[in-house]
Amino acid sequence: MAVIEVKNFTKSFGSKKVHRGVNLSVEPGECLGLIGGSGVGKSVILRSLIGLEKPDSGEIFIDGEEISGWTERQLVEIRKKVAYVFQNGALFDSMTVYDNLAYPLREHTPLTEKEIGERIHSQLEEFGLLGNHSVYPSQLSGGMQKRVGLARSIIMGPKVVLYDEPTAGLDPYNTKKIQEMILRLKARGVTSVFVTHDMPSVYAVCDRIALLLNGEIQASGTVQDLERDPEGLMQRFINGIEGA
Amino acid sequence: MTLAKDMIRWMGGTAILSKQVLSELVRPPLYFRLILEQIHHIGLMSLPLVFITAISTGMVMALQFGLGLEKFGGKMYVPKVVSLSIIRELGPVFTSLMMAARVGAGITSELGSMKVTQQIDAIRALGTSPIKKIVIPRVIACLICVPLLGAMANLIGIMGGLIVGWSELGLSPHFYWQKVLETIELVDYMSGMGKTFFFALFIALPACYFGLNVSGGTRGVGVATTTSVVTASILILVGDYFLTKLFWIFEQWL
Repeated sequence: MAVIEVKNFTKSFGSKKVHRGVNLSVEPGECLGLIGGSGVGKSVILRSLIGLEKPDSGEIFIDGEEISGWTERQLVEIRKKVAYVFQNGALFDSMTVYDNLAYPLREHTPLTEKEIGERIHSQLEEFGLLGNHSVYPSQLSGGMQKRVGLARSIIMGPKVVLYDEPTAGLDPYNTKKIQEMILRLKARGVTSVFVTHDMPSVYAVCDRIALLLNGEIQASGTVQDLERDPEGLMQRFINGIEGA
Repeated sequence: MTLAKDMIRWMGGTAILSKQVLSELVRPPLYFRLILEQIHHIGLMSLPLVFITAISTGMVMALQFGLGLEKFGGKMYVPKVVSLSIIRELGPVFTSLMMAARVGAGITSELGSMKVTQQIDAIRALGTSPIKKIVIPRVIACLICVPLLGAMANLIGIMGGLIVGWSELGLSPHFYWQKVLETIELVDYMSGMGKTFFFALFIALPACYFGLNVSGGTRGVGVATTTSVVTASILILVGDYFLTKLFWIFEQWL
């Protein structure tokens, strides 16, 4: 059974109909790359998967449960197992890196402050961020903020991770670090959706790619499928021949 | 037409926000540490501002009435007039207006910036509620701090009047204080203080509403902040009339 399934998703903003019936599914342990031109509504779909946006019509299944009509209180259970990695980290700027990472643990686990400290220490070590416990987000570089954002998102050990352009605007070193983390999570069996324009990262981490164009998923396939069909819509989009 | 639409949207939005605050207030957890932080930020940090406003108001009132009433030989009425005006109206209203400017603007710009940088979304995505984490601590802190600061402003305002009465008008502090105590009744005090709870809501709820509904990036934050302060000020000034009338009716019953 698919971990994520979206059926006939439609969404309009004012008079502009952005999604005209999006259908997609993601299997357990799979990483789906969602690509498309700027403003086609990739992030809106991603946000809808944890209830940050509501579709106008259509269904969203997470682990077999239809969540599109759920209240904020009901969505808390989904948000504990589905992590969202924001484009710019969305770190709380009034808190230190330590408190940012401790936030979900203090809210949702019975861990003691000592256990939380140990968890944060190992998380920062894994992300190459040791020594930044007491630093505020504004004192970090953009790449480090994104890594802290990713570390915070996955500290609860989620089953699904939704990435909203996690490598956008990053230097090659930080891009590689993020890719490595995504691959490590994949190796642990985490299911993910990866929204991006960064095609090298898509090739590096995704099992399958879906192209959102004109409000619908117009093409979908594995990286190998792409190579087999150099004249296909997906290849034309990647090569800049087909636009949004 | 746009203004009417905005007004309707604002009224509806504030009503929904108030309902959310009430429904989440009765459900645990209540973040006491966040409430204390806000009390520090909203209350303690506003002390100098309220002190200066209150003492200036009291001093100016005493000077104006003193010089005006002197012509009619009514200088000894200054303590009565000043203390009643301050306790019933000026203390609570001026304190609330200053709080609307300082605290209302602060809340809207902070929440607006959090909205623009997706921190509000992050609170939701991490399985927590922005109403509980952001709105409720600020509303409760305002409900605690505005009345307390209003009470302090009343006292300081009267003291300001006393200083001018003594130094400029030749009224002895003992006479001034005695007249104040003779004049002020509990009902006067309650009428002034009762309003501050409403004023606290007039400051906190629009500030949170406009902050959480910022759109249009950093420019939107500026627009929302201005709108929030203007809305709170108008609500305080217009609401003051109706609240005075309401409390007056209650006083007739008592």
